[in-house]
Amino acid sequence: MNTLVVEHPGMQTTVQDLGRPGYGPMGVSPSGAADAVSLRLANLLVGNPAAAAALEMTLLGGSYVFPEGGVIALAGADFGASLNGRALETAVPHAVTPGGKLSLGQTRSGARCYLGIAGGVRVAPVLGSASTHLLSGLGGFNGRALQKGDVLEIGAPTKRLPRRKISAKARDMFQPRKILRVTAGPQSDWFLEEAQRALLQSVFRVTEAADRMGLRLEGPALALRAAKEMISEGVSLGAVQVTPSAQAILLFVEQQTAGGYPKIANVIGADLFCIGQLRPRDEIHFARVTFLEARQLWIEQQQLLNSEEFLFA
Amino acid sequence: MRFRAASDQALLVHLGEEIGLRTRERVVRLLGLLQREPLPWVRNLQPAYCSLLVSFDACAVDHAHVEATLRSYEKRAQEIALPTPRLLEIPVCYGGEFGPDLEKVAAAHGLRADRVIELHCSRTYHAYFLGFAPGFAYLGDLPDALATPRLATPRKKVPVGSVGIAGKQTAVYPFATPGGWNLLGRTPLRMFQVERDPMELLDVGDEVRFRPITRQKFSALENR
Repeated sequence: MNTLVVEHPGMQTTVQDLGRPGYGPMGVSPSGAADAVSLRLANLLVGNPAAAAALEMTLLGGSYVFPEGGVIALAGADFGASLNGRALETAVPHAVTPGGKLSLGQTRSGARCYLGIAGGVRVAPVLGSASTHLLSGLGGFNGRALQKGDVLEIGAPTKRLPRRKISAKARDMFQPRKILRVTAGPQSDWFLEEAQRALLQSVFRVTEAADRMGLRLEGPALALRAAKEMISEGVSLGAVQVTPSAQAILLFVEQQTAGGYPKIANVIGADLFCIGQLRPRDEIHFARVTFLEARQLWIEQQQLLNSEEFLFA
Repeated sequence: MRFRAASDQALLVHLGEEIGLRTRERVVRLLGLLQREPLPWVRNLQPAYCSLLVSFDACAVDHAHVEATLRSYEKRAQEIALPTPRLLEIPVCYGGEFGPDLEKVAAAHGLRADRVIELHCSRTYHAYFLGFAPGFAYLGDLPDALATPRLATPRKKVPVGSVGIAGKQTAVYPFATPGGWNLLGRTPLRMFQVERDPMELLDVGDEVRFRPITRQKFSALENR
């Protein structure tokens, strides 16, 4: 059995895959990688299916030992990684010799870095997924973030070290955006016109209250036309909901499944991965697109993510 | 039926405009039919009091197609037999550290704390839907005499098992989450447990009664 030993878990390292959609009727949100694009790339680089379980590290990476060795790749934010003390290039697969140690520091770019491991991280799936749902302690490794001394089972590489790296055009295409594109929200028309203008013309700053459930933003007041009682309804991933204090919250992968705050907008599917790379104090903008444009962008993104020719050089 | 695009990959369908059992039945029936005859492009379903949020695979379909399909499903949803409601009893240790808002709620309604407990235990509640957090069942309707607005400032962390009220609803917090409901007490029952099948204690359509227990009984049940 091949293993990975957690020497230092970083700030919040969890096992994630592409999540468990479909359990909304139980109140369970899908969870899964905060930056699904990087998780897919990390997996593809080591020859895994794109949806295999990998490690998601947040802001501070930690260190990990591979007693039996393995094949790994990093994707997403740059955490200044090194393997056995030598700087490690991201977005390229690397062979780790038995006893090898991967160390990562603090982020130098976005919020999350993904460690793909050939053969995947082996945890028992819960409700069809390996992803950790931190709030409810569901899935992943014992339903929690990794701790010092944890020993995780990993798959053995079945192939030779894949010779591939992410192409320049793919890096460009999947650069996380700070201008998030949005469509109208289900209660857009509840807001004053100046609130709608402010949403698209102002800077919003990510506060410290930013995690996998949601990101509280700081920006101009987004006021309603009139105080209105709302009946709780299902809320979608990437919703920009506005609290009674007129501030916005972006709902994210471990979101509540229902809520009673009005939504002024919703981040488009193709830009959801960018939210996973936002850090506290980052400044973002919103830009409006139509539902048709959003759909075209999503289809194009999915096609590119399925095209090895485009992704790899 | 009223439709609203929630995102580029989700459509919200409203089956009524008021909280009530009639609307709940429509939501449960449509949800039931979508679960009995699943559509390959449906990614997730999120029911609520009057609505159902349908997330879909946007590579396969668009909002118009989803809307047309839901309309035809809704026409047949009457076929779905509603599940026979189960009656569950939830033991609650009221007041003290477990129910930090009990006295305040009593004062706000000009009642004694005993009377608040009596009223909270006087009804059989319906589980409208599960949402917010895993296993969180929205129960209603609270007696009018207990209807209480949410806290002005939500708590950052509500302890597991807390029993709260807000508006005309009541619920048990399955996890230590942030929360803005007034807390009356706490139950030793686990509302959601990964090791259990099914994981959630309550399901849509269940009926629930609360029963007061002592602190000793709470500890005994908690340790069982």
